[in-house]
Amino acid sequence: MLSRVADSLYWMSRYLERAEHTTRLLDVNLNLMLDETAAAADRRWLRVLDALGNPKDITWTGDPYALTHELTFDTSHKGSILSCIIAARENSRHVREQISTEQWHRLNSLYLEVTRPTMRYDLNGHSDMHADALLSSTEQQTEFLQRVMEAVHQFQGVTDSTMSHGEGWQFIQVGRYIERASATAMLIEAYHQDLWAPHEHLPEGNEYLDWMGLLRSATAFEAYCKVYTADLTPERILEFLLLDEEFPHSLRFSIDSLQHALDAIQRESGKQRTVQLSRLAGRLQASLSFSRVEDILDQDVIAYLRGIKAQCREIHETIFEMYVDYSIQAALAG
Amino acid sequence: MTPIQSNQFAHPALKNYLLDHAFDEMFESENELRNHYEPLLEHFTALSADELRRRKQSADLSFLNQGITFTVYGRDEGTERIFPYDLLPRIITSAEWDTVERGLTQRLTALNLFLKDIYSEGRILNDGVVPREIVYSCKHFRRQMIGLQVPRNVYVAICGTDLIRLENGEFVVLEDNLRVPSGVSYMLTNRRVMKRIFPQLFRSYNVRPIEQYTQLLLGTLRSLAPEGRPEPNIVLLSPGVFNSAYFEHAYLARQMGIELVEGRDLVTHDNVVYMRTTSGLRRVDVIYRRVDDDFIDPLAFRGDSILGVAGLFNAYRAGNVTLANAFGTGVADDKALYAYVPDIIKYYLSEEPVLQNVKTYLLTDPKSRQHVLQNLDKLVVKAVGESGGYGMLIGPQSTAAQREEFAAKIQADPRNYIAQPTISFSRAPCLIGDDLEPRHVDLRPYVLYGDKVTVVPGGLTRVALKRGSLVVNSSQGGGSKDTWVLSK
Repeated sequence: MLSRVADSLYWMSRYLERAEHTTRLLDVNLNLMLDETAAAADRRWLRVLDALGNPKDITWTGDPYALTHELTFDTSHKGSILSCIIAARENSRHVREQISTEQWHRLNSLYLEVTRPTMRYDLNGHSDMHADALLSSTEQQTEFLQRVMEAVHQFQGVTDSTMSHGEGWQFIQVGRYIERASATAMLIEAYHQDLWAPHEHLPEGNEYLDWMGLLRSATAFEAYCKVYTADLTPERILEFLLLDEEFPHSLRFSIDSLQHALDAIQRESGKQRTVQLSRLAGRLQASLSFSRVEDILDQDVIAYLRGIKAQCREIHETIFEMYVDYSIQAALAG
Repeated sequence: MTPIQSNQFAHPALKNYLLDHAFDEMFESENELRNHYEPLLEHFTALSADELRRRKQSADLSFLNQGITFTVYGRDEGTERIFPYDLLPRIITSAEWDTVERGLTQRLTALNLFLKDIYSEGRILNDGVVPREIVYSCKHFRRQMIGLQVPRNVYVAICGTDLIRLENGEFVVLEDNLRVPSGVSYMLTNRRVMKRIFPQLFRSYNVRPIEQYTQLLLGTLRSLAPEGRPEPNIVLLSPGVFNSAYFEHAYLARQMGIELVEGRDLVTHDNVVYMRTTSGLRRVDVIYRRVDDDFIDPLAFRGDSILGVAGLFNAYRAGNVTLANAFGTGVADDKALYAYVPDIIKYYLSEEPVLQNVKTYLLTDPKSRQHVLQNLDKLVVKAVGESGGYGMLIGPQSTAAQREEFAAKIQADPRNYIAQPTISFSRAPCLIGDDLEPRHVDLRPYVLYGDKVTVVPGGLTRVALKRGSLVVNSSQGGGSKDTWVLSK
């Protein structure tokens, strides 16, 4: 597979995962906010910005709808949902001949829906998704976010069912799970600063909503309840989001899947993985597979989470150096 | 111009269908429908306006969703447009096609012999059949190609020739496109959409299939592989996603199952071309290139090109890689050389040309130049190296100022221009609003040359959608329609 193609598939997947994560974060918080006092809103939305890595040029001004609008439609902000969808679609256009027609249709329709508000694209009578300058009502905003999420899920579905699970598909997995692992680490960190800290100052009753918000932001609420019942405790939540083996948004699951995809790519490309990449991915996987939540809680959790994020970044850079931007001389010699 | 009065065809949708002196593809005369258009007209006039609109919308949506768009340069918002599409197919009988096919085969064979000759001995130049100046002053002539042996002596493997029909219905050649002809993906996708939207109508005609084009193209490319490479690695080289024909590049690569590469994916080492893959460097044997000569190798041609591959020409020269089309083929589709193509056919094949040329005035000849300058209001003037409908003066539709501008240009650089009579080429029915109206059309069939010459039965029919317009280019308000070649 061409190096450039691998790179584009990887980024297409990462951008869509990012769009989905941001969408869900906004949707969950817009919903939970309704149950709170206005005073609590500050904390909530500052945390959302934390979880998104505090995008520069975006500040909390006290209006959740304005913030949502900015994080959704502002294309001058590279992490906005719209920017992510445009970037994903642009990457897929570069590899148009590599992905299936169904994948392209799904992604291109999503792109047209969000970028061409005036176009009546849908003959089946569905209402249009409007990238309207002012998505004035809450209902519209929520509806928009849900349709984006649905479209991304549909894309993942057709990706799995129409594209050969060869090297290209594996690069899509790598992109998705690296993005997911970093995002989940950042999400837990954002909540941790607020909630695991001594919390005598917390207003009564909001705690449950916050824990639920954290779980739902990782689509984990239902899955958590199946394992631990609706009894939410900080230790269990941490254990579930970090170490659960079967839940697709947990860190452990993400890193396992990443490792799996890297193995498959190594087999397909026949390229010897460098010691560097094996060491990085293997170390991270082992630390998540063989840790107990008690051990993690005994240390500095924030530092631990940041460590995971840093390792994801290192893995990303190593993949790039190895499969995409390798030196010609070295390749000729090998 | 009189409206059609016949009772048989007095359908309200035809109220604006006015015949003039141009050949009409559908009507023989005011009261006489051509046989092969009868089922089509019947089918369309039986559909309600609403139903037609619904199908039209469904076709448009299908193009948009598939991303079948072309890029409009110079604007940043909404740069992707769909190529306007007309719902009525253009129908060509098997007898008509027979002539076209013979003519194109003959023409491509002769032009390849010509290229071989001028890049080796130059017999045709020594014999004075084609003047040396015409060849050597052409900006697409590549001195670097002299004495270079190309596989099977095939210079032009892929060609798309523009044909028009004169007032008597005869097909003539308007332009040979021998460099990187485009549009074949529209031919293929138009057909797919048409079959989906009018399945019954399609079935009732006995239309020859064109789906095999991509397989034929792959076979052509494979047959040109360098010797000793039995399993050649074939790639399509595209300038990239910002090129107006990117959709086509991606489409063809996907349909053929070959890699779509850009210049930055390729490297050369010891005169061998490689592509960068995740498993290391992989050798490339055949390149179907959609990048112009000028931009393809910054070492051999334009040094400022960032689209090309440094060292590609040397690898080609060494015979380690085949390019289709070869370098330097543009000399044979130069608009001034065009005037000599009938002589070229006679010279190499000792045959009369099956398809005629349009009369062409070479402006380097003082007498012709004088005549053209006096008759600018009646003629069409074209710059020899331009395409896409740019750099053109259509005399009868021009202003005095435009004519003055062109007169000055011609006098400054006569080799750069040719003139032709303004031809009112044939018109075919199109759906304009809710009515059928005639619009001027041309035809670009696609010809492949590997083991042998193959003409795919069909082509891209381009339509000048503006009433009265003679310019069919998509950049200038043109559209396209499906082209049905009937079997015997």
